[in-house]
Amino acid sequence: MAVVFEKPKSMADVTMHYCPGCTHGIIHRLVCEVIDEMGIEGDTIGICPVGCSVMAYDYFNCDMIEAAHGRAPAVATGVKRTNPDKFVFTYQGDGDLAAIGTAETVHAATRGENIVVIFVNNTTYGMTGGQMAPTTLPGQVTQTTPYGRDPKLAGYPIRVCEMLATLRGTALAQRVAVNTVPRIKEAKKAIRKAFENQRDKKGFSIVEVLSTCPTNWGLSPVDALKRLEDDMIPYYPLGVYKDADAFSEKEGE
Amino acid sequence: MAKITVNFEKCKGCALCTTACPKKIVELQKEKRNRKGYFTAVCIDDEKCIGCAMCATMCPDCAIIVEK
Amino acid sequence: MERNLMKGNEALAEAAIRAGCKCFFGYPITPQTEISAYLSKRFQKEGGIFLQAESEIAAINMVLGAASTGVRAMTSSSSPGISLKSEGISYIAGSDLPCVIINVQRGGPGLGGIQPSQADYWQATKALGHGDFQLLVYAPCSVQEMVDTVTKAFDLADEYRMPAMILADGLLGQMMEPVTFPEKKESFKDKPWAANGHGGKREHNIINSLYLQPDVLENSVKARFERYEDIKAKYAEAEMYLTDDADIIVTAYGATARVAKSAVNMAREQGIKAGLIRPITLWPFPVKEYQKAAETAKLFLCTEMSMGQMIDDVKLAINCSKPVEFYGRTGGVIPKPSEIFEEIKKYNGGAK
Repeated sequence: MAVVFEKPKSMADVTMHYCPGCTHGIIHRLVCEVIDEMGIEGDTIGICPVGCSVMAYDYFNCDMIEAAHGRAPAVATGVKRTNPDKFVFTYQGDGDLAAIGTAETVHAATRGENIVVIFVNNTTYGMTGGQMAPTTLPGQVTQTTPYGRDPKLAGYPIRVCEMLATLRGTALAQRVAVNTVPRIKEAKKAIRKAFENQRDKKGFSIVEVLSTCPTNWGLSPVDALKRLEDDMIPYYPLGVYKDADAFSEKEGE
Repeated sequence: MAKITVNFEKCKGCALCTTACPKKIVELQKEKRNRKGYFTAVCIDDEKCIGCAMCATMCPDCAIIVEK
Repeated sequence: MERNLMKGNEALAEAAIRAGCKCFFGYPITPQTEISAYLSKRFQKEGGIFLQAESEIAAINMVLGAASTGVRAMTSSSSPGISLKSEGISYIAGSDLPCVIINVQRGGPGLGGIQPSQADYWQATKALGHGDFQLLVYAPCSVQEMVDTVTKAFDLADEYRMPAMILADGLLGQMMEPVTFPEKKESFKDKPWAANGHGGKREHNIINSLYLQPDVLENSVKARFERYEDIKAKYAEAEMYLTDDADIIVTAYGATARVAKSAVNMAREQGIKAGLIRPITLWPFPVKEYQKAAETAKLFLCTEMSMGQMIDDVKLAINCSKPVEFYGRTGGVIPKPSEIFEEIKKYNGGAK
C-alpha cells in the first residue's frame, strides 16, 4: 500500500502547542501543502504574528521571522521589496490583523504588496485567554464582553475581506472555513491561488480562514465546528470578494 | 484495502476526525491515555476503511497517516 | 574626491547610499523629510528600494523585515516619530538585527516644535524601548561628520548585529556645508543568519525575539551585553579641544558643541583656561576622556539643548569627582556663544 496522506515536508515534525481541536493546525498544514506542491520551501519566508500562532516559526520549515503584534504586513513588505523573487507570506490572527495591525493590513493591500496574507479569524484573542476581538460577533460572550458584545458599547465586528476588496491593490480577497472536509479543500485551493498570484505579481492576496477556538469559546472541539457553521458563517459569508490582477490596465480585471 | 495509522503521542483526542469519517469507523478509544493524558483516535474496523483520508484532512495535528 | 556643498539631511541620505544601504522606509516629519525626498530620487536610479510607509511604526517594521534578510536598511525620523518606532527598535535589538536609524531631533515633548533640540538624549542612550538593550548612538556636529558617522554606523551595526542611531538635530539637518563622500561600498560580509530563503542548502533561519523560557531569554540578553562591553572598550569616541591645561571644561555634543567651542575660544582670548570635550559616540559614552580630563580640570560645564540629560553621564563618568555645572536652552532655542561664555566666566570666579 502507498501512503496517500501524511504530514507535508515543509511542516516541522513536532507536536504543536495548539489546544486540542484548534483548527490552526489544519491551516498550517494547508499552507505547507501548497508550499510543497509548488516546490518553493527554499524560496519562502514566513512572517508570524503575536497571538496563538506566535510560535509558528517552529512549525514551518522555511525561513521565518517573528513580527511585532500587528506589524507582519509591514515586515513582509520590507522582506518582499528587498527580495522580490522570494515568496513571502504572513500568518496572522484577527487581533493581529484587524485590530492593532489594521493600518499595516490596509496599506499593504492598497500598495498591492505582492505578498500572501493568511488571516485566521476565530473571533477571539486566544493566546491571552479569550478577550473580545475585532471580529467578535454581536452578543458573543468573551472575557471583556462578559454580558455579550453590545454594539452600542463595543461596536461591530469587521468584515475584512469585504473591506479590502474595495482597494485596487487587492488581487485576491477570499473567505474560507476549515470546519468541514469540503471546505478545507476549498481553503487549500484559495491558498494555492494566493501563492500563484504572488508568483504572477498580481498584487496583494488575503485568504481569511474562519477557524475555531474550543478553549475560549467554552465548547468541545466538535461543538466548536458547529458554532463556526451556525454563528460565524452567517455574519462572515464565505466566498471570493475580489479576484483580479491588481495591476491590470482596467481596475477589477 | 486501505489503512490509517494514528500517532498515539501526537493525537490530542479532539475527535474532529470522528466527525469526518464517511464510514463512521473512527472513534476515540477509551482504554489507554497517551503521555499527555488524551484518549486517542483509532479506526474500529480496518476492513471498512476506503482510504479517503477525510479523517486525516480534518486532523489539526497531522497525527493520521493514510495508506491505500 | 570632489567636495560639494550639501544640506545635512541630504548628506545623511547620500552617505547611506555610499555605505551600501539597499532600502529606506520613511515617513514625512519636519525637520528631516529631505532624507526621504532625496532617497526617493536617488534610489530610483541607484537600484535601491525607497518606500514611504503609512506610519513610522510601519517603517521601522519594514526595516526589521529587510534587515532580517541580511540587507542594509535605514529609516529616519524626528523625535515624535522616533517615539513611535521604539517598540520596533526594541524588537530589532532583541532579534539581533543591524540597521541605521536617524533622529533629526526637534523640540519636545509632545508635538513640541520644529526647531533643533537635544532632548532625546535619554531616549536614545537609556531607553529607546522596553527591555535591556542599547543602541550605538553617534552624535555628529557637522555635515562631514554626519557622512562619517553614517558610514561607521552601518559597519558597526553589521559587525555587532545591532541597531545604530545617528542623533542629529534640525540645525545640522538643515544647514549646508562642504562635504566629501567615500566610494560606494560594494562588498559586504556574509550573513549566514539571514532569513532570505534557505534554498535547500541550510537549516531554516528564524529571526525572532521571543524566548518564553526565562533562562534562554536571559542568555540571549547576556550575550548581547558581552558584545556591548566589547564595543565600550573599542569604539567610544570624543574630540578633546584645549583640555590639557583647561581649568573649566565645557562639554557638549552635536550643534551645541560648535557654539560651546566658540565660547571656549572667547574665554581663551580673555586668558581664561577653558577647553571642550565633545562626545562623538553617546553610546558607548567616552568615559576615559572625561576621567583623564577630571585629573586636571577644576570644573565641568555641561551645555545642552535640553533641560540637562547628558549631564548625568558626565557625572557618572567622573564619579562626581569634580563639580559638573549645567547651562541649557530647550524648546528649540539655540544658545549663543556669548551665553555660554557668560557661564564660563561665572564659574571662573568672574573675569580675570
